[in-house]
Amino acid sequence: MHDEESRRKNPPDKNETDSGVSRREFLKISTIAAAVPVITAPNVVMAGGADVPVHGPGKVPLQLNVNGKVLKASLEPRVTLLDALRDNFDITGAKRVCDRAECGACTVLVDDRAVYACSVLAIEAQGKKITTVEALMDQGKLHPIQQAFVDNDASQCGFCTPGFVVACKAMLDRHPDPTPEDILHELSGNLCRCGTYAGIRGAVAQVARKGA
Amino acid sequence: MPDYKWPDAEHRTLIGKRTLRVDSPDKVSGQARYTYDVKRPGLLFGKMLRAPYAHCKVVSIDISAAEKMPGVKSIQIVQKAGSTIHWAGDEVVAVAAVDEATAEDAARAIQVQYEKLPHLVSDAEPPAGAGESQGPLSIDDLGDMLDNQVPERQIISMIQEYGISFTPTDQDVKEAKEEGVPASIIEAVQKATVHPEAAGKTTKSNYVKAASQTQADGEKAFAECDAVAEGLYGAPVITHCCMEAHGSTSEWTDADHLFVHMSTQNVSGIAGQMAEPLKVPAANIRVHQDHVGGGFGSKFGPDRWGIVTAELSKKADGKPVRMMLERDSELKVAGARPSAYARVKVGAKKDGTLVVWQSQSWGTGGPGGGGMPPIPYCFSIPNQRKEHTAIRNNIGPARAWRAPNHPQAAVLTMCALDDLAAQLKMDPYEFFLKNIELTRLPQVYKDEFPIAAELIGWKEKWRPRGMNLSGNIARGVGLSLHTWGGRGHASDCDLSIHPDGSVDIKMGTQDIGTGTRTCIAVVAADALGLRAEDIKLYIGDTLYPPSGGSGGSTTPGGVSSSTRRAVVDARDALLAKVAPALNAQAEDLEARDGRVQVKSDPSRSLTWKEACSKIGATPITAHGHNDQAAAKNKPDLTNSGVGGVQMAEVEVDIETGIVKVTKMVAVQDCGLIIDVRLAESSVMGAMIMGISYSLFEEKVMDPATGRMLNADMEFYRLAGLNDIPELKVHMMTGQGYDERGVIGLGEPPAVSPGAAISNAVANAIGVRVGVLPITPDKVLAAMNSAQKAGA
Repeated sequence: MHDEESRRKNPPDKNETDSGVSRREFLKISTIAAAVPVITAPNVVMAGGADVPVHGPGKVPLQLNVNGKVLKASLEPRVTLLDALRDNFDITGAKRVCDRAECGACTVLVDDRAVYACSVLAIEAQGKKITTVEALMDQGKLHPIQQAFVDNDASQCGFCTPGFVVACKAMLDRHPDPTPEDILHELSGNLCRCGTYAGIRGAVAQVARKGA
Repeated sequence: MPDYKWPDAEHRTLIGKRTLRVDSPDKVSGQARYTYDVKRPGLLFGKMLRAPYAHCKVVSIDISAAEKMPGVKSIQIVQKAGSTIHWAGDEVVAVAAVDEATAEDAARAIQVQYEKLPHLVSDAEPPAGAGESQGPLSIDDLGDMLDNQVPERQIISMIQEYGISFTPTDQDVKEAKEEGVPASIIEAVQKATVHPEAAGKTTKSNYVKAASQTQADGEKAFAECDAVAEGLYGAPVITHCCMEAHGSTSEWTDADHLFVHMSTQNVSGIAGQMAEPLKVPAANIRVHQDHVGGGFGSKFGPDRWGIVTAELSKKADGKPVRMMLERDSELKVAGARPSAYARVKVGAKKDGTLVVWQSQSWGTGGPGGGGMPPIPYCFSIPNQRKEHTAIRNNIGPARAWRAPNHPQAAVLTMCALDDLAAQLKMDPYEFFLKNIELTRLPQVYKDEFPIAAELIGWKEKWRPRGMNLSGNIARGVGLSLHTWGGRGHASDCDLSIHPDGSVDIKMGTQDIGTGTRTCIAVVAADALGLRAEDIKLYIGDTLYPPSGGSGGSTTPGGVSSSTRRAVVDARDALLAKVAPALNAQAEDLEARDGRVQVKSDPSRSLTWKEACSKIGATPITAHGHNDQAAAKNKPDLTNSGVGGVQMAEVEVDIETGIVKVTKMVAVQDCGLIIDVRLAESSVMGAMIMGISYSLFEEKVMDPATGRMLNADMEFYRLAGLNDIPELKVHMMTGQGYDERGVIGLGEPPAVSPGAAISNAVANAIGVRVGVLPITPDKVLAAMNSAQKAGA
């Protein structure tokens, strides 16, 4: 839809490629462009008759807002949000399993929406509010959805659990009393190998009943 | 004599009840640390360059470009030039660098030339007469088996069975030792019968006649049968797909001490497996693991990539090196359940009495071939004739997968028997029960069948095949039964009661998600009158007393028995110290509800804390041991041999071929249950895993390139939340069950789902989809061919 709007506003001229979006316009709407220049000035090169910012290939300074704290590092632009969290900031609740947006074990909240941290570049996540499973506890007390996971024995090996907990939290924030269709939609992006789905379903039901 | 035996039902406070899993809060809050999460100071990242071909020779390796790259700290050649590679994805060269990206770049910069060799990745039915008998083993055969990671036990039994075609020299033995060949294999070679005449004649066929057995009259018995069913059944190779990949972090804390964090099911058994290849005493290797993200039978050894992390670390001044497998490698090389297929012919009398079984089976466990699954499964059919051909191919090595060989055997057997029941126009419920005396646990199954039938509503739901169609939805029900051993492994437990009232347990076991921590805590707390969370647990480290690997459902029996012995001794020592303060004899006291009290007069009591203050300056410590050999345990607190029944209900859309499991029930026995909630979770998990392998999972190999085509989690499909229906579990307890002692539970409920679901699908659509997974294309093809046959 965004593309359609852009196309109407910026009909391609003969100097542009046929992507439908002018590169200049694309940069204006791009999250990378919006967030990054605050932190660092990328190299700008000419490509297809337009200025294009290039990050890297070396390390670039980076600043993330994670669980209410500002974290700084110098990382290559190819580093994912997941690897930055885990390897640079030692925030390891989000797990690396498939590393390509298939299993949901790395689910975190970015501006309160569930996101696969393995498929977002760290530099893209700058300027956004990132929340990981570690931040769901409140003063040492488990969040209701976490407590419901405990009560319903919804973890076995536990490696998929943080991703599921975060996905459930995001779902319940949007749908406090989720329908089976909501659950189908919102939790279909997370996988478990031990077979804890029955417990997870019970946990969701427990919290939904309470209207949390 | 201390009273170690399990308390009876009235005297159990926690055992057999429902306790919350003790490590759940850590897991749901992201605090649980897995090997993948361990970040040691100065950590280097390891990457493996893997062979792209299924069968090839390494011609040359050039690491010079990688060596010069900034940030690269060490490079280890795993298989040098001249080595033969037997599967795509096998390890060739490993790199360690300051960060992961650099390690990846370095691995990419290594130049390896290969000479491609012909490969076989299919496990299709062997051509007629293709199976060759295994002859005496040549030194190359042995080398290949070791390269192929054929299990030690299998190699030894082959050496013993077939002998060898060469006379081992002192030089051979010396070289074998240097290459890290296990001592038990060298010993077997030295003792083996030598057949010099067979030199140069040993079989190289991909097809090996692995078994041929006849029992009573395997042929003529068919003449006595009123009904005979024939069919082709099977289960393909599937992968373990642990959520946490295999891997480890190794570091040399000084020149000859190694510290390893490893994702493993076998904490106490790893050091011994790393010692020989690394030439360091096992005593100098410390292995640690807090949590492990799944194993399912695939994580018992350090693996080549585990050894490599130690070698890379050595070359990098002992700095910690982490190597966790990529997801594609995890699926390609780190776990595969052998396939099994069979053409089965089975016959019975009019009344359903089973008479005869005949099968030609085959399957692959990768380069090692593999043996015949235990067929016919559960039922000792009086007349049998069986032949099995093992296919040795280039798909990568097999690993134990939850109840090794049983799920396959259940599919081959229970589906054939279900087809026979259909021929006889019998309700399979009646048919299986009719023959139940042929099983080893008839009473258990007779107890379980009606419970399962009630839970799923079998009597209302079962109709003859293909007779329950409304619109384009066909409904059906199916059942299967299974068995397993599950005796406790060797386990040692140190337990201390401290003067301040705290209690700790040290044990070199691991909790692979099955609830081992909770099981230990429940057993200890039950005897001390405390809560499970009052017990401080130290597990997952070689610094603690050894406990067996978590495989074959041996952990609950092992850890509960060693804990029980330790806690009874410690409790009795405490009661002896407390007795004078309560003016009583130690044997008149009990620990209950957080107090130590006089049994006959609970008003004479001390709180737990007050009681422990009588201990003195140093804690009470006790050691408990469970022996693998039942005879050495007095009394024996664990046992072997369980039975279970599962029933599934499915809906099949006959236009799309999509199968949906709509309900599934399991009735399971596992002796004395330590915790009912966790037992139910184990069974539900097994059913869910079972739905997954019944409908979705298959390791798909490309015959042209020899590579796995679906080595990711999009195309290697696992069941999701929405594939899972209502599940019901009933655990058998009480008389006939509790007094048998503790028996493990991980394997048995994973056995039946494939057969139960396949039988339900056959009941729904009226024809058999013989080979798992039951995908829409197979459903439609089976219905089409049945229609053609009918037309």
